Amino acid sequence: MNSITALDQQHEGVRAPQEDYELTGAEILVETLLREGVDTIFGYPGGAVLHIYDELAKNQHRLRHILGRHEQGAVHMAEGYAKATGRPGLALVTSGPGATNAVTGIANAFMDSTPLVVITGQVPRKMIGSDAFQEVDTIGITRPCTKYNYLVRNAGELAEIVQEGLYLANSGRPGPVVIDIPKDVTAERAFLSDSKTISLPGYRPAERANPTSIEKAIKRIVNAKRPILYVGGGVIHAGASDELLKLSEALNLPVTPTLMGLGCFPSAHPLSLGMLGMHGTYWANMAISESDLIIAIGVRFDDRVTGALEKFAPQAEIIHVDVDPSSVSKNVRAHLPLVGDAKSAMQQMLESLSSEMCASLGERLSSWWEQINQWKRFAPLIYENSEEVIKPQFLCQELHRLTGGNAIIATDVGQHQMWLAQYYGFNGPRQSITSGGLGAMGFGFPAALGAQLAFPDRQVIAFVGDGGFQMTAQELATAVQYGTNTKVIVMNNNYLGMVRQWQELFYQRNYSAVGMDGSPDFVKLAEAYGAVGLRATKPRELSGVLEGGLSRSGVVVMDIAVSAEENVYPMIPPGAGLKEMVLA
Amino acid sequence: MRHTLAILLENRFGELARIVGLFSARGYNIESLTVAETLEPEISRVTLVTSGDEKTIEQIVKQLEKQIRVLSVTDLTLNDHIEREMALLHVESKSGNKRLEIMKLASIFDARVIDASEDTVTLEAMAERNKFDDLLRLLQPFGIREIARSGTLAIGRVSTRTP
Repeated sequence: MNSITALDQQHEGVRAPQEDYELTGAEILVETLLREGVDTIFGYPGGAVLHIYDELAKNQHRLRHILGRHEQGAVHMAEGYAKATGRPGLALVTSGPGATNAVTGIANAFMDSTPLVVITGQVPRKMIGSDAFQEVDTIGITRPCTKYNYLVRNAGELAEIVQEGLYLANSGRPGPVVIDIPKDVTAERAFLSDSKTISLPGYRPAERANPTSIEKAIKRIVNAKRPILYVGGGVIHAGASDELLKLSEALNLPVTPTLMGLGCFPSAHPLSLGMLGMHGTYWANMAISESDLIIAIGVRFDDRVTGALEKFAPQAEIIHVDVDPSSVSKNVRAHLPLVGDAKSAMQQMLESLSSEMCASLGERLSSWWEQINQWKRFAPLIYENSEEVIKPQFLCQELHRLTGGNAIIATDVGQHQMWLAQYYGFNGPRQSITSGGLGAMGFGFPAALGAQLAFPDRQVIAFVGDGGFQMTAQELATAVQYGTNTKVIVMNNNYLGMVRQWQELFYQRNYSAVGMDGSPDFVKLAEAYGAVGLRATKPRELSGVLEGGLSRSGVVVMDIAVSAEENVYPMIPPGAGLKEMVLA
Repeated sequence: MRHTLAILLENRFGELARIVGLFSARGYNIESLTVAETLEPEISRVTLVTSGDEKTIEQIVKQLEKQIRVLSVTDLTLNDHIEREMALLHVESKSGNKRLEIMKLASIFDARVIDASEDTVTLEAMAERNKFDDLLRLLQPFGIREIARSGTLAIGRVSTRTP
């Protein structure tokens, strides 16, 4: 007893003079996050992050923590938050399984260039490499799916790493950053230094594009006979929607967005051709294929956009604007690479335009537009509606009608995602939140929740399939716990619809493991979580359920039974070129 | 085509793994790789020999340059440069004659004998790649018991002043 007291006194004696100046690693972490403007962090506690959670509880009035029900859900929420706001999303998970569960979310953010900072707990420094309880090589596992990652070696470098990590995540081509913090570092004391100037000599994100190349680009654009703007997520990251609108209107240019670019250009605008690619519109794919000049901005010529590369836009010259030099000429050779930020590059183009250029181009493009309109008349986006069964396309159109195209909608991956892209019609940027590159089922609902927590008063909808919803449906607890108004629309065909479609078309209808019999009653599931559940099974019930569900406060799950074996068309079969579309 | 890249990167924990991981993840080939500090201990120099068509090499260089801690990437193959490889090898020499023959051969290639046992000679050889391959081919008949190669080291040539 005595000796313990003596030890305590001795300990206090050593610590006392430092306490005025020094903070624990956990305190430094929280202070730095606050200093950098972080207001929300999504996470799940565990042994290695106990010190951090202790600190979070003390600071809950300044830094909101949202408890997910699975680390994957928490990281998707952080991504939804980031996509809706444009600010980095923050997630916090423990070591071992906490980190491995977070990997799907991290990889998703990496593929879609979303700014995230994911803080992972790690076993104490002395135990690293000893196969300790809940130890995993988080740095090794996340290296190929992060923009950068850090193992924090002492509390003294923590503030700088957090500051630098946030900067890296949200500059240049954005992406996820992992900060792995050993447990003992969060207890170690160190000085909290002032905010530092970040020194990253090897990191020079491109800003303004080369002015000579801009001049060349303008010259090519005004001389082109069949130009087209192919725009993607980079326009949204750069906040360049206004510039895109001005540029396309000034030059009367057709615009086709990618899946990641949905909303960067208003879909109802007369210059919009709708999405291109595997399930893009006939006229957008024809226009790209017949174009003589593709102005690609913030896109990466993904295989779901180009179809067979050797058949892609054979007559086109390509101007490629991208902030990431390694995206340029990776899949399709660019004749004129313009490495730079999409917003600055388009501003530079607008500055170089003269009024004569605009006038002459508008006239010259009249036959090009006539051709595009012919394609549009030849194969418009249509489907056969029914009075017996709810068509998924009709569901998307109804959703547009009821929200005016202004909702934030997050989706999973599959048929519902493609129908929404075709038939919803987003008005503006940061409304469409989807898993594009990784194609992760289970993304939509937690991502919607993250967006809703960023914008509590906006209409936020998770538009998901019955398969994907079941991958992260446990986050209903999170949605209810934090009193959100998140709405879930389950497009329920009782199938893994896109896989079923491929099995129907390419495997002679040999349906293998795509039936979803055994799914729960989604209305009862919602009720079990304390949410509201509604169901529509007939077309005449649809608008009532949607209207009622969307206008209620609180979490509402709308289970919409749709025609089971509907296919997404148009479709480019695997290995085919963009012109080889199957229309129905 | 074979390309020799000189990569300067910040000498930090885990950075080399990032370079190597990039090559395996994207299916690029590493023929050889050497790494050591430069005059500034906080900067490492990696000499990496890879191969691929023009498009692949362009992507490799861009992907390397994209790495946060990579300071510069130079494709030495594009310009006049010098390459060397070093090796230590034990060569079988069961008889005195063999030992003499090996030593003669070694001197032609500027290789040095640095150790010997009853039945081996240990050589230190340093040469450019083609010459090095020749030496190995000529030593093969004696029996090379073990070899440790450094991989290619390379440096760009500084052009001489015109008189």
